[in-house]
Amino acid sequence: MSNYYESKDLEKFGAIGKHAKPLADEFFKYYGMVTGQDGALTKREKALIALAISHSEKCPYCIDAYTTACLEAGANPEQMMEAVHVAAVMKAGITLVHGVQMQNHLQKMVL
Amino acid sequence: MNTTTTKYDFEALLHARGVQLPPSSIDTLQINITKLCNQACRHCHVDSSPARTEKMSREGVEKCLEILAAHAGIKNIDVTGGAPELHPDFDYLVERATALGKHVMVRHNLTVQLDPHPQTGESKEYLPEFFARHRCEVISSLPYYQEYFTDAQRGDGVFQKSIEAMRRLNAVGYGIEGSGLIFNLVYNPVGPYLPAAQATLEADYKRELQQKFGLTFNGLFTITNMPINRFKLHLMKSEQYESYMEKLLAAFNPAAAAGVMCRNIISVDHDGYIYDCDFNQMLGMHIDDAGRPASIFDFDFDRLLRRRIRFDSHCLGCTAGAGSSCGGATS
Repeated sequence: MSNYYESKDLEKFGAIGKHAKPLADEFFKYYGMVTGQDGALTKREKALIALAISHSEKCPYCIDAYTTACLEAGANPEQMMEAVHVAAVMKAGITLVHGVQMQNHLQKMVL
Repeated sequence: MNTTTTKYDFEALLHARGVQLPPSSIDTLQINITKLCNQACRHCHVDSSPARTEKMSREGVEKCLEILAAHAGIKNIDVTGGAPELHPDFDYLVERATALGKHVMVRHNLTVQLDPHPQTGESKEYLPEFFARHRCEVISSLPYYQEYFTDAQRGDGVFQKSIEAMRRLNAVGYGIEGSGLIFNLVYNPVGPYLPAAQATLEADYKRELQQKFGLTFNGLFTITNMPINRFKLHLMKSEQYESYMEKLLAAFNPAAAAGVMCRNIISVDHDGYIYDCDFNQMLGMHIDDAGRPASIFDFDFDRLLRRRIRFDSHCLGCTAGAGSSCGGATS
């Protein structure tokens, strides 16, 4: 049985243009403009943000790609691990802040 | 010709992109005087280690000096290895070359100052003073400003020893503003990826080394790992060779190609044979000189300047991204 995620499939990213080339072309142009150069954020900062999102979105392709991208932007392992913690703490915070919703509803349920 | 060579045909790529790379000058004589080293780095293209015994003869050293004396256009001598300081005639070569008015660059691995000579046990702690006395340019590998990457590539304990060696170089004036003693560092990735932008990394190194250790240096050269010898073996074993070559190919930069070092240096091995660069030397790709391997013992400057530089798939390493040379990025 094949796996849903194959690391070699990352090389086929361009194949999303099949059946929808103009849309894919626009996407890759936009992608390159956002991630491929320094802007208000440096390439390194953008790579670290992307690495954090890769984890929160649980995308193995992106984790591989942005681990490399972070290294190629000069990031160090401490910065990369801290970015993952930012993703983790956001996940935890988002879960916990919903506890307020739970408590609001709890109040309604209690006499 | 095997499939891999065909797939990563550098000459065909140059032709397709309309790039021509003839020699432009010979301003630097790079001499690999020994393969002996006190370290055995995982990426080393020379496959150097404390077990290597190859070294240039005194006759070869004299011949190199004779060539330097006879050619005013060869302004620089770039002494490399191994750890070149472990060669018994290293001091002699430096003293004579500086007396000829040549700019002497030494590829100094830092730890050789502190480790005993692998064969004789001799101390090399005099090196900072020696370099300063002869105003050598010192160029030292430090793969990162942190211990983790540095020791992963160069061996346990190398980072701390390198920091101590840098302190000793700073103490005699190396890397100190106004001293005129040039101390450059070399960054290269610790795995199969391209270096970050040289200026960005240099700023990081300067900030971190100053803040954490009070160290200073002049410039940072970023160098790409060449897919040959020990590093290639690692790529093959870890099944990353193809992806690394594809990365280099995709990042081919004609502007970086124009500045490749083989256009203005020649590289000499311990037997006196001449190559287009240190990488070709390690692959045994001699410069052809009328059907024979070019040699310092039959040196003809003009013929060498007219030579056709030999390229192969590893040359993609020098032309990827911002480019790579012994002097760092090329574009």
